[in-house]
Amino acid sequence: MEEAIVQKRTSSAKIISIPSALAGTPMLGWLVGVLCAVFLERQFGDLLAFELYLPKIPVLFGFLIVMKDPSLIPGALAYVLLIYVAPVIGVARLSVGVTNRLAALLDRGPLRLSALIHLTLFYIALHYWADLSDYRLVVLKLTMIAVMLTLSVNVTNGYLGEFSCAHPGFMALGAYSASILSLFLFTNSPMFGRAVLPAWSGPYFFPLELIIGGIVAAIAALIVAIPSFRTRGDYLAIISLAFMFIVKSLIENLEWAGGPRGLSGQPGWSSLHVVFVWMVVCVWVINNFVRSVFGKAMNAVRDNEIAADAMTVNTRKTKIAAFMLGAFWAGVAGGLFAHVMRFVNPGTFGIQRLAEILAMVYFGGLNSVVGSVFGAVSINLISEMLRPLHVYKWIVIPLILILVMIYRPTGLLAFREFDVKEILKPKG
Amino acid sequence: MEFFLQNVVNALQWGSFYALIALGYSMVYSIMMVFNFAHGDIFMTGAYIGCGIAALLLGLFAAFGLNVPGWATLSITIVISMLLTSLLGMLVERVGYRPLREAPRASAAITGLMIGIILETGNLAILGARRLSFPELIQSTTYDLGGVFVTNKKILIVGVSLALMYALSRFIQKTRWGMAMRAMSYDYEVVPLMGVSLNGVGLLTFAIGSALAAAAGILYGLAYPVLDPYMGVLLGWKAFVAAILGGRGSILGAALAGFLLGFIEIFVPVIFPSTLRDLIAYSIILLILVFRPYGFFGQAYSTQLRL
Repeated sequence: MEEAIVQKRTSSAKIISIPSALAGTPMLGWLVGVLCAVFLERQFGDLLAFELYLPKIPVLFGFLIVMKDPSLIPGALAYVLLIYVAPVIGVARLSVGVTNRLAALLDRGPLRLSALIHLTLFYIALHYWADLSDYRLVVLKLTMIAVMLTLSVNVTNGYLGEFSCAHPGFMALGAYSASILSLFLFTNSPMFGRAVLPAWSGPYFFPLELIIGGIVAAIAALIVAIPSFRTRGDYLAIISLAFMFIVKSLIENLEWAGGPRGLSGQPGWSSLHVVFVWMVVCVWVINNFVRSVFGKAMNAVRDNEIAADAMTVNTRKTKIAAFMLGAFWAGVAGGLFAHVMRFVNPGTFGIQRLAEILAMVYFGGLNSVVGSVFGAVSINLISEMLRPLHVYKWIVIPLILILVMIYRPTGLLAFREFDVKEILKPKG
Repeated sequence: MEFFLQNVVNALQWGSFYALIALGYSMVYSIMMVFNFAHGDIFMTGAYIGCGIAALLLGLFAAFGLNVPGWATLSITIVISMLLTSLLGMLVERVGYRPLREAPRASAAITGLMIGIILETGNLAILGARRLSFPELIQSTTYDLGGVFVTNKKILIVGVSLALMYALSRFIQKTRWGMAMRAMSYDYEVVPLMGVSLNGVGLLTFAIGSALAAAAGILYGLAYPVLDPYMGVLLGWKAFVAAILGGRGSILGAALAGFLLGFIEIFVPVIFPSTLRDLIAYSIILLILVFRPYGFFGQAYSTQLRL
């Protein structure tokens, strides 16, 4: 009887069919392959780039170099094949026996241990990859922040089904709260006076600052959540839009917080491991949230609010929870962003930011954690890779998005489940 | 008292831009059930087209040695720009919105947003970042009405706006296409079953909305002769707010809400420090929406989001 009522699990099939040879590799194998590729690049990258007539190591898989000088396409292609594709696939396939057995071993243990080990390996790979170039480091950090932001928007726009334009405002509140706390407590800033606490204790307070920023954003989310009880859809869109303008205008008018000139001088506490850990926690929390009863409640409220209400879903609590959670993570992302850029001003959190965020969410896919991660990473990388096109970048990216909207209106990887155990399982 | 009336005059002028643009938003929203976030940029394109046509006409007239009065040039400019911009609007509908008619509304909204960005960036790429100045078509004369200074431009702007709104309302009330549009705003699904071409109504709605936006653009160019590619962004989003405030299905509501927004934006800096203008204006709108969630004249309807 239970089987009939229980919802069938949404498929986690990929868009493109992976050749069966590659399908037998567990995630552990891929990570080992990536690690080898990264270390290969560290050792031989310069030499190889020199041999292939490339001016320097391609920072972003060769796209930037190729855009500036198309004659280098063969060289860049060879580099990518030799340093990335061949080692990753080669090592992954060669070690498949060992990694499958290790993955099976980890699979028998607790999931958290397995996830921790995989994440550590992943982080090591990212760390050494980003080590080769400051540009890579910044792009990686901003991409991780974008992942958090996209997830937070997907909670309200995808799972709850509201068209909320308020997230730049939440991000701004988080960024400013964290910045003001940093500047007031830990730096000798011209605006806030001498530091109250010693500078070395700063990094330990940083998580607390981010959480406070998130809480400020979450409380502000009530301004958008409470009207959502009575109105839906279109009217909520303007309420959230009005909220965004109000936050922007509020910050511009607070002279003690810098006003339109913004705040600068935040200490650089957003190092790669800090941002990575926050991103992992964000993905974990939000994935658990949307897979829980709350997630089903959000979907029910989205699909038919009256029916959900009739089926004992507390629609008010669901809406408040969704908005506040989304706002909290947007605030945390904002705080991290402020400390990466080490400068915030109200202009960063306007319509431009809204368009970027919505592009990432809708490109990746609504109602899906893996979609948000994919969307954030793709749009960020595409945006960076197309940088040499200057202003034409903003014709290509909207065109891509329009095509995606026409052919897959809810996004590329919408409505997919993110099952960690499935991903880390041995495959053979 | 003169101070108050002076501000009323300014508010009427400022509000008429919002009203004209909001009408376009409201029509598309009421009839086609979708937000056209590209509308602000259609307004911007209309202004640029008007600028180009005006410059062309002035050059032509000068080359032929004709001495055409300013208001005639302006009228021809407005008519031609409205026609051309309505073609643009129809193109936007055909390319961006028709494929997404069955899709969730949010996706169509995102498409509109992206089309808007393409319009802005296209303008920036083609014409460069330098601001364009609108040709001087009409000499500005100021009339002194008992302490209140009214320029002929202001009268023209408000007059043309009201005339266009009146024309629109006659079209909606008295013609068959207008009847089809009104029917669609009541019940979207049934109207195609009655033999009305959905594509036709869609194209017409976008065409009329874009034409109004073009008129607003030219009038804006008259009042503030400096054009830049991003002028439509802020104005467009604010007019969007006004359109929703007016309520779904109500042309009068959108126009009124546009004027109301104009009044709020002009009078708030009178009372409060001018930097707080956006803050207070949007707080007022938020409050209005909290107490009247469906806008001024919108009917409460169950929103079944097509997701």
